[in-house]
Amino acid sequence: MGPAEQSKNEIVLSARNVSKSYPGVQALNQVEMDLKKGEIHALVGENGAGKSTFIHILGGICEPDECEIIIKENQVNEFKPHLAAEYGIGVVFQELSLVNNMTIAENIFVNRQPVGKFGFIDKKKMKTKALEMLDVFDLDFSPDKMVGSLSTGDKQLIEILKALSKNPEVLILDEPTSSLSRGEINRLFKLLKRLKNEGIAIIYISHHLEEVFDLCDRVTVFRNGKYVDTKLVENVTEKDLVKMMVGKTLENFYIDFNKEKGEDYFEVSGLSGEKFNNINFSLARGEVLGIFGLVGAGRTEMAETIFGIRKRRAGEISLEDNYLNINKPIDAMKKGISYLTEDRHSKGLALNMNIKENIASSSLGEFAKSKLGLLADKEMRDFSKDIVEKYNIVTPSIEKKVKNLSGGNQQKVLLGKWLGTDPEVIIVDEPTRGVDVGAKQEIYKYLDKVSKSGIGIILISSDLPEVKNLSDRVLIMREGEIVGCLSGEEATKEAILAYATGTNTKSGGNK
Amino acid sequence: MAQNNEKNLLQKIIAMREFMIIFIILIIGLIMTFVSPHFLTSSNLKALLLRVSITSILAIGMTILLTAGDFDLSVGSVLALSGAIAAIALRAEVPLTLAILLALAAATLVGLFNGVVVAKVGINAFITTLATMMAVRGLVMIIMGGRNIAGLPESFTRIGRSYFFNIQSPIWISLILIVIFEFLLRKTKFFRQNYYIGGNPLSAMFSGIEVQKMRIYNFMLTGFLAGLAGIVNTARFAAATTTAGDGLELQVVAAVILGGASLKGGEGTVVGAFFGALLMGLIINSLNLIGVDVYWQTFVQGSILLFAVVVDQYGKKKTLSASA
Repeated sequence: MGPAEQSKNEIVLSARNVSKSYPGVQALNQVEMDLKKGEIHALVGENGAGKSTFIHILGGICEPDECEIIIKENQVNEFKPHLAAEYGIGVVFQELSLVNNMTIAENIFVNRQPVGKFGFIDKKKMKTKALEMLDVFDLDFSPDKMVGSLSTGDKQLIEILKALSKNPEVLILDEPTSSLSRGEINRLFKLLKRLKNEGIAIIYISHHLEEVFDLCDRVTVFRNGKYVDTKLVENVTEKDLVKMMVGKTLENFYIDFNKEKGEDYFEVSGLSGEKFNNINFSLARGEVLGIFGLVGAGRTEMAETIFGIRKRRAGEISLEDNYLNINKPIDAMKKGISYLTEDRHSKGLALNMNIKENIASSSLGEFAKSKLGLLADKEMRDFSKDIVEKYNIVTPSIEKKVKNLSGGNQQKVLLGKWLGTDPEVIIVDEPTRGVDVGAKQEIYKYLDKVSKSGIGIILISSDLPEVKNLSDRVLIMREGEIVGCLSGEEATKEAILAYATGTNTKSGGNK
Repeated sequence: MAQNNEKNLLQKIIAMREFMIIFIILIIGLIMTFVSPHFLTSSNLKALLLRVSITSILAIGMTILLTAGDFDLSVGSVLALSGAIAAIALRAEVPLTLAILLALAAATLVGLFNGVVVAKVGINAFITTLATMMAVRGLVMIIMGGRNIAGLPESFTRIGRSYFFNIQSPIWISLILIVIFEFLLRKTKFFRQNYYIGGNPLSAMFSGIEVQKMRIYNFMLTGFLAGLAGIVNTARFAAATTTAGDGLELQVVAAVILGGASLKGGEGTVVGAFFGALLMGLIINSLNLIGVDVYWQTFVQGSILLFAVVVDQYGKKKTLSASA
């Protein structure tokens, strides 16, 4: 696999035989990748494929066991973050590294502020330079603006500017769109295409295969720490990529969901709260009700209000014609409402605690029936063992800390924790974000089973194919209101997006 | 298989922070036995336990707070407040039980105040309790008019001065409380909730744990225990002093951290905290016996604390990279 057109396409970075092992795990096993000037090169693979380790090595965060990395004809032997910058590599990591209570200019030039006489920071010069960069990329912010006041999408752009301020020739982005809205993604893509035209080589890591096709020129696939192949994007289909990532073809990805609905039993009427207004819907037994919307549409706020995390301004929630008085999560849980939160790291799991403790966390009351409130440890163990088996959580023991599990297994722990409470209604918020294809399908299977048992599922998701294929009905929210309800054949990708972005003006309404 | 389990159990025990502390205590004890003929005498060991008893009672509350990610600098001042109130009430011929109840109520009230400001208003625990530490100490000076109060009735001083099986009551009280709370923290739903709060407060809230309430309860309980320590302390010395418990709060935090709790929350056991306190006391006791200058004692205590947390951090990093 040697590049044939070397004269035309200059190789900026070539990595060969890159290996890295941690005790017990071979994270990378002789992977390779090369990067041409002015290309956007996607790096894809399931969780645990080794993508992150690979870019951590390129970014100088960790040292490989062996490698031949050549950047601009220089052999790289030492790995330190500041050296990566010297070699012309800029990395935008998944976790943003910006300081919220500093200005945009201070963030862009962190640690490299222009200094004037006596070594004082030359604020004026720093501002002018920041302004120049913002102007070049048509970003309409004042460099004095506090970063904390920006949206996640804007922060992502500033993070990229920060990386660009070191004039890199290689820019690496790790899942940059995972928390961006569609508009923000478009803006990011425009910026990246422009950088590419200026000759910067970009490595783009993403779970969203659509983005690979929208944006990238070539794609490299890793699987289980090994290199699989590199292809021109125009020569592969999404199916090909999935096959390369998983190692087998996944037939019938969106399993045929239960389409037998029972009677309406859960009803939300006139619900208003922070960031949303007058929400009305009903849910039938065994129904999957999808809720789609762009970031900021108010979906999570609505769910958190139903669950009693946020204050309700107006409206009623009823189950089996009984009005529910929910003021805090425990009220909702007692009435049989489960809420599988978005973002398993910050809201869902206690990462430093083990699987057993996490699974039991939402059912502690069940295990403390004795007078003193003593926890029945044996029952807790049996319960979590059961859940681990039922949801196929891959782990040597229930005592393993959750932070040491893969993303897919963590998500299954979260699923087990909430399905283990025997809910009547379950709200699942982004249930498959950041999990790999295999685990995704497993989660769909479990949700299908749940709906077959007569439980209604409210599915909040930004994954359009997921919402479209799993839901019986799709409600679309925009700016805090339900703007459309589509089902069956009407629920096409285009129609859902049209409502969500507000380009569809016909009909709509609140029901 | 069984052998494997046993091995795991042994490894687990060795990996526990309590084990490390006990190990250090034994080593120091062993060395001291050879160095000083006075060390391994029942009177010296009892003096050591007596010295540690007050710190241990305070350490229980601090452990509870730390498991949920909070802590309290005001315990030393609350100890003094409780002693002062009890002493003043007794001198005013208030019945014994009522005097004690008044003192405990005041201490719990300070805890309630701390809890509400930290959990409801949302002020950082460090700042809040630093402020109450100062304010309460001032309050103690005010109500005592800057003078110590002695001459307390025998019915009261008995609490801190009686002997059972030749061992002084503060030791009994602290040991009994430690056993009770160790059990409660391990086994009850109520206290286990704190570990979830310390582990990830958001996730705890989403799991139906009433985070605000729990944090307030924790502060109240800590205040109550500090009040109890104040009663025992005052009874033992048969006097309430304006400086009682001054600087004790940091000793307590140090003992609890030594015992395996983390300032980040989610970890810590009462027994660990007790051994932490015992180790700190042992060091002072040993240095006294050897005849080392008082000024060196604080220095050594600080160094031991630093050493313990660095070793612990190192161990954590190792297990972290091993599992990555």
